[in-house]
Amino acid sequence: MQKILTGNEAAAEAMRQIEPDVVAAYPITPSTKIPEKFSEFVANGKVRTEFVAVESEHSAMSACIGAAASGARAMTATSSQGLALMHEVLVNAGGMRLPIVVANVNRALSAPLSIHGDHSDSLLERDSGWIQLFASSPQEVYDLMIQSFPIAEKTRLPVMVCFDGFETSHLSTNVEVLSDTAAQKFVGQPKKFPNLFDFGKPVTLGGYTSPEYFFEVKRGQFEAFENSRKIISAVGKKFAANYTAPIEKFKIADAELVLVVMGSAAGAAKVAVEKLRAKGKKAGLIRVRTFRPFPGKEILAACGKAKKIGILDRMVPLGSEGGVLFNELNSILYSNNSKPTTSNFIYGIGQRQFNPDHAEQIFADLQKNKLPKINFVNLRA
Amino acid sequence: MNLQAAASRKTRLTGGHRLCPGCGLGAIVKQVLATIDDPVVVVNATGCLEICTSAYPQTAWETPWIHSLFENTAAVASGIDAARKALVRKKKLSGKAKNLKIVAFAGDGGTYDIGLQALSGALERGHDFTFICLDNEGYMNTGYQRSSASPLGAATSTSPAGKILAGKQTARKDILGIVAAHRIPYAAQSTAAHHLDLIAKAKKAIETPGPAFLNIFSPCPTNWKAPTALGMEICKKAVETNFWPLAEITNGKWKLNFKPQSRKPIEEFLAGQKRFRHLSKPENLKLKQQLQKEVDQKWQELLQLTEIS
Repeated sequence: MQKILTGNEAAAEAMRQIEPDVVAAYPITPSTKIPEKFSEFVANGKVRTEFVAVESEHSAMSACIGAAASGARAMTATSSQGLALMHEVLVNAGGMRLPIVVANVNRALSAPLSIHGDHSDSLLERDSGWIQLFASSPQEVYDLMIQSFPIAEKTRLPVMVCFDGFETSHLSTNVEVLSDTAAQKFVGQPKKFPNLFDFGKPVTLGGYTSPEYFFEVKRGQFEAFENSRKIISAVGKKFAANYTAPIEKFKIADAELVLVVMGSAAGAAKVAVEKLRAKGKKAGLIRVRTFRPFPGKEILAACGKAKKIGILDRMVPLGSEGGVLFNELNSILYSNNSKPTTSNFIYGIGQRQFNPDHAEQIFADLQKNKLPKINFVNLRA
Repeated sequence: MNLQAAASRKTRLTGGHRLCPGCGLGAIVKQVLATIDDPVVVVNATGCLEICTSAYPQTAWETPWIHSLFENTAAVASGIDAARKALVRKKKLSGKAKNLKIVAFAGDGGTYDIGLQALSGALERGHDFTFICLDNEGYMNTGYQRSSASPLGAATSTSPAGKILAGKQTARKDILGIVAAHRIPYAAQSTAAHHLDLIAKAKKAIETPGPAFLNIFSPCPTNWKAPTALGMEICKKAVETNFWPLAEITNGKWKLNFKPQSRKPIEEFLAGQKRFRHLSKPENLKLKQQLQKEVDQKWQELLQLTEIS
């Protein structure tokens, strides 16, 4: 059925249907609406979840660890400083291989203080041991949240569903929502792992590991990420055909000018692609939905005809060769014989406006002979 | 609960752990956990107890045990408590498991310092768990750096006894008072050596619905630079000098469990611990007197609290 929902409400609606055992959360703009909405469900008996209004995001993730280690389904929602405060605990949850789900509403990191959107928060967590899925619309927020626990429990990896602060979190659109029964059937019963409530077989979780064993444990985590590619696709395919691939391809088959983007900016970029197509230019777009594990092979296969690729990063590279997406993509394209020219476009920082005109300008820049490696979009001179 | 009954229960922390000779931690944990009939989940902060009992691929724990980080012990316990409540509500937890008890162990660093925020949050939220501070007055696992539990004048590796600064310059934080200010149902102080007092308080804490807190004085002969055989003796001196009063707070009512006929001078507690050796030098007399004054003042405050509450 169709409901008019913001991204935050779509996340909360999915959480209501999942009915996790524990939600532990601390409010932070622009994700606050998620715990607000969910606590309403709890207060009105719509869910049997235990809602823990913790005193910090550090404790939110820590409580999720305690709950997940007890065999319960645990979730939280956060943004920006909250995710950064969780950092140590995120790595810990990843290392313990606990299937926790976080809705991260992307927002810039202070200083200077900004409550507005960019991807610098979750991109900083790219090596924290979490599957990262980037939604581009409230619909996709809902869809990915519903898929999150089957993915987390089958991979034994925690899942972060990321979406843009304000552009997606506060945007009301029609969202196709499953019936409660259908959603719950899809999510299924929690998969059982050895846990703290199994008193017949007491477990020791999170113990000390000497140099003799630590590396092997981390290698196991590495393997889990490699194995997760098929699982994410299988869960996605079961949900809807358009989730089978980790990337969204838009007019890419013969595209020579390609933009690569994550999140809500894909909407504006697609408009620009269509404008260029109308002018006879072979423009196309790839949207990275699954950022971790990184879909290198799929991107490589998709941009076989590309001559020039504009890679859009919604974070500012500081002392680096380029943004996170730029560097990841370049390392893959290096093995491609055609070796297209790549340029990095930094956009949307602290919610700097990004509209179809800006995307069109990027296409125009791409067609120039000489272009700086790193370009700043819609920045005052 | 008597000692015999506690001693005859199957231990939840087996031998073979790697704690130092004379360490109080193992003795405290065994005594505390021996008071519980119900299933127990143990949450452990980073520290000596965690490192020495859990080194992969071995474990000294015969009960479900989790370590996550240094400062989040009370928050992890909160999550376990929340999971228990939800699973009972969803009828996914049955039998004896429904009565499970959650016991968190953290050192003084994980309680007074880095873990204080998570502890305060969990106490305010009213989770049903017992938080036990194993207080050996410093960061022992890393070679005795000062914590806010280190006493005035103590020489630690980050508050050494130098020519200008003779050990730690500030008094201990009043953690029991801080916890009591949360108005939780039960909080108490005991030591590793006061067995009857300790197991009575542990049983009461664990059986009390809602949050409970114990601060247990735990000897660390290794870092206090004391003979290993002297650990329990130092605990007794700590109580007899009023340095570490045996106290409890039940629903806001303060009680002293032991009042010495005449309190012994602080020197008796300091003796034999080389971390206080410099306090016997004439130039540090003032610092020692200040410590005595602090102990006596705190005792007077406690007496007042027991009278007014």
